[in-house]
Amino acid sequence: MKDFALLFRQASYDHLQLPEAEQAALVKKWQDWLGGIAAQGKLVSPPTRLIPNQGRVLKPGGVVTDGPFVEIRERLGGLTVIRAEDLDEATTLAHGCPAIEVGGSVEIRPVMG
Amino acid sequence: MNKERATIDVLFQQEFSKMVAVISRQFGLEHIETAEDIVGDTFLTAAENWAEKGIPENPAAWLYVVAKQKTLAMFRRGTTWQEKVLPAVKAGLETEEPETDLDFSAQNIQDSQLRMIFAICNPAIASESQIGLALRILCGFGIDEIAAAFLTNKETINKRLFRAKEKLRTENIRMELPPEHLLDARLDNVLHIIYLLFNEGYYSRTQDAILQKDLCLEAMRLGLLLTAFPVTAQPRTFALIALMCFHASRFEARESAADTLVLYDEQDENLWDRELIRQGMHFLGLSATGNTLSSYHLEARIAFLHCRKEDTPEKWLEILAMYNELLIINYSPSAALNRTFALYKAHGADIALVEAEKLQLTENHFYWMLLGELTRHSDPAKAATHYQQAYDLAKTAAEKEGILRVRRSLHLG
Repeated sequence: MKDFALLFRQASYDHLQLPEAEQAALVKKWQDWLGGIAAQGKLVSPPTRLIPNQGRVLKPGGVVTDGPFVEIRERLGGLTVIRAEDLDEATTLAHGCPAIEVGGSVEIRPVMG
Repeated sequence: MNKERATIDVLFQQEFSKMVAVISRQFGLEHIETAEDIVGDTFLTAAENWAEKGIPENPAAWLYVVAKQKTLAMFRRGTTWQEKVLPAVKAGLETEEPETDLDFSAQNIQDSQLRMIFAICNPAIASESQIGLALRILCGFGIDEIAAAFLTNKETINKRLFRAKEKLRTENIRMELPPEHLLDARLDNVLHIIYLLFNEGYYSRTQDAILQKDLCLEAMRLGLLLTAFPVTAQPRTFALIALMCFHASRFEARESAADTLVLYDEQDENLWDRELIRQGMHFLGLSATGNTLSSYHLEARIAFLHCRKEDTPEKWLEILAMYNELLIINYSPSAALNRTFALYKAHGADIALVEAEKLQLTENHFYWMLLGELTRHSDPAKAATHYQQAYDLAKTAAEKEGILRVRRSLHLG
């Protein structure tokens, strides 16, 4: 078994302005998906969620720019580490990620170790 | 059994751990065996004396006085004490004369017990030994009772306890509260041992119902003891107590310790203990502060929802959400199976079956029971083979009987 990082990207995080009931439905989608991976004992660590529209970027020469990183079409929203036999299985597990439903993507990257 | 004997048995369970804690605090944990001997000897004297003169008006106070005398006598007489204990006690004290008077005030008893809990639930000791030692020292269980609880013999338990006590000495574990920066982690360890103690009783390997209940009650008592101190009366402590109350409320309703998961549906709710459910809700309320959501919070909430008999999709959606969260922070096979069962109740057998087949817990008989339940309407013949797998893997007669009962209810064409 190997560890893979799943990086969730979305173009927009407008859902944070949605009414409460719709947000709750979204939370449920994420939990159902992650719970399904965790139920197989394949979730290595609970997900880390990033606060959209905040933070900074440090570039060579000490150049610091503030978010919200408009030049990047899909912003990183969070990440989690899962355990799978190989990249194919990790990709299978990534299916069903709610980020994809809203036009985002999941990047699947093997973790060195 | 005569009246004196019965009284002494009850007192032993109540007072043994208190007295050992007070004596060990006074003279150091390395003398825990001497403390056990003194207390054991005190109870022998009580048995002899009470058989002759009757039970004193305040038996506990009587025991304390006799324990004090015996401690003092041993202190004056024993060469071990002169050569080993005295220098050690003196070294730790400024004064010339060590304090030999034992303080059996309610406050000191409680303080000493709390310190003993932290000393025994120390990560330096292997977990199985910790539970054995906790049963002996914190709960006053006899060696034969501990052996019965672990389905093993007295010799094995004695060896295990010996090794654990040796560890107390070699690791130089003291009867004190951990320093503040370690308190959180150490409290987690204490709570985990109490949780294991409770589970040892609730999902017991022994068929002895009284022993099962005793284990659960003792775990609850230790949990309650922690609520008396601000440093240990944390939200997750309350959550654990709530969890234990909700589980214990169903004690009478279970046909056997094997009845979990799928068999929930069959329980007679009239046998549920309403008072314990009420207590559980009280502690669940107390647990709802702070920022950390422990696995005990989630498990307590799930257990609470199971105390509501109505079978609505909303209830199962909430249970599903709790199991999802629980699995994300803390995987266990039983949580994975229960999550899938909740998924079935909330979203139907087809969706749940796809998820269930991914679990691949093929060595676990509950896994096959779950698959049986999920296929019983769509494919009864297949369900029958799943139940057969469950039957072959089940370990106890009660479990096998339960599986047969479920299997008989299949509508095979």
